[in-house]
Amino acid sequence: MSKKRKVIGAVLKGCIYLAAAFTVLMLVLIIGYILVKGVPYITWGLLSTAPSALNNTIGILPNILNTLYVILLTILIVLPLGVGAAIYLNEYASSKRLVGMIEATVEILAAIPSIIYGLVGMLFFSNFLGFKMSLLSGCLTLVIVILPTIIRTTQESLKTVPQSYREGALGLGATKWYMIRTIVVPCSLDGIVTGCILAIGRIVGESAALLFTAGLAAGAVNSIFTAYSASGGTLSVALYMYVSERGEFDIGFAIAAILMLLVLLINGATKLVQKKLKQKNT
Amino acid sequence: MKVKHIIKKVMNGVFFMCGMVAIAFVAIITVYMIVSGIPAIKEIGLIKFLTGTIWTPASSKDPQYGILPLIMTSAYGTFGAVLIGVPVGLMTAVFLSKVAPPSVANKVRPAVELLAGIPSVVYGLVGTMVLVPTVAKVFGLSKGSGLFSAILVLAIMILPSVISVSETALNAVPKEYEEASLALGATHTETIFKVSIPAAKSGIAAGIVLGVGRSIGEAMAVMMVAGNVANMPSLFKSVSFLTTSIAKDMGYASGLHRQALFSIALVLFAFILIINTVMNKLLKKEDSDK
Repeated sequence: MSKKRKVIGAVLKGCIYLAAAFTVLMLVLIIGYILVKGVPYITWGLLSTAPSALNNTIGILPNILNTLYVILLTILIVLPLGVGAAIYLNEYASSKRLVGMIEATVEILAAIPSIIYGLVGMLFFSNFLGFKMSLLSGCLTLVIVILPTIIRTTQESLKTVPQSYREGALGLGATKWYMIRTIVVPCSLDGIVTGCILAIGRIVGESAALLFTAGLAAGAVNSIFTAYSASGGTLSVALYMYVSERGEFDIGFAIAAILMLLVLLINGATKLVQKKLKQKNT
Repeated sequence: MKVKHIIKKVMNGVFFMCGMVAIAFVAIITVYMIVSGIPAIKEIGLIKFLTGTIWTPASSKDPQYGILPLIMTSAYGTFGAVLIGVPVGLMTAVFLSKVAPPSVANKVRPAVELLAGIPSVVYGLVGTMVLVPTVAKVFGLSKGSGLFSAILVLAIMILPSVISVSETALNAVPKEYEEASLALGATHTETIFKVSIPAAKSGIAAGIVLGVGRSIGEAMAVMMVAGNVANMPSLFKSVSFLTTSIAKDMGYASGLHRQALFSIALVLFAFILIINTVMNKLLKKEDSDK
């Protein structure tokens, strides 16, 4: 082999290793930095109180609760819709053109930037339907954001249900709906759960779509019954607000550390479900 | 029997409605984007709106509504992010698909997924606290927030998309191609660069286009590091992107300014639709290549 050829080969190989090392290093540095800077500021007082102008303290309990409320309602709405849409695409739809059209729109939904969702959510849910700036508007906006994720993951796992199961059930005289309810959906539960976990991850990290729909408010602790009609910021939105508008960097780091821990948790949970899924399929 | 029949009809209807929801959402979004985006464009004039170089909508004396600086910033920012992010992402994909032993690849892949899961505000925070001061120090600037910092943040943010799509494409290259190349005396590395990557080029292109879409649509992380002044783009100047000007101003804007923000969103929406179409074409090509 000529010397030049050897050198070029070695350089290219070096580039490959370097790039992979860079990617991993970036992740380790970001996570390490956030945890080191943020964890010391996570105190019980921060987690368990609302901000108080009187004592001049900041607490993120309202944001934690808002995040949970938003996750709860959004999943509650998007899950039946998304799973239903996937079932329609996979089990019911007979027109190939319609399926193609729906799948194309799902792709468009997945490609639209959060900020545009935020604007449309503000115009449609907050202004047109009159929900104002509230958690409800935020949740409904997130339903649109997350719908593609749920449809895709459910569809993937519906496809893994063997056709013979369906034929068996129908052959025994089950109606289509009975077959879907008792055979198809239980068999693809893992995929649906994966979709849910991914959706929670997206909700936790989302900020641009919530800025003008659910708003930034971090004032009071709302009970679940009053929360949805009030404006409120989730953790991610609160991070942005404390860092960019108030210059409270320590609080920002603390929230970022909490978010990172949540992301790690969510990632681990997804892995676990996928592992289970693999075991089941083999 | 009758009840059964009714249930069947009802369930058919319910699932059909669920299926239609995605179409309905896209229709609502499109209608709202167009209806709310058109008035300001009409008032300002399409040409003036798209090619005007001064964006000072909040000025009380003489507001100017030219979004060329925003479009150019989004274009430069995306281009820069792709320029840095794609080589790194592609090489990492090659590492995962062709070079790394499975045990190593199985450890790196979750890291890439984790990178995709980091919220954009966290990228923004790290950018503000680490990147911006570093850029200022290294290049001797009074402040480091600007196009360059935004490009670096975006480059890292598009890595996971580029990596995962490219890896899928590389994995799909038929083994025979590579074996033939190796049998003809090419080294492993030469095979990767002269056979595998060219064979997977449509898929890799789709990964790049996905990255372009991500970076053009990113708002929060960029808003925290770009400085948010609507200058014509220059590497170390404070700049404002299409997305960031919407996110920054929507909270307080009123009148024509507010309407113009909707028009910016319409422009952004149009870009995204174009990008999505290009990507579908590429993915279809990738399928037909095999």
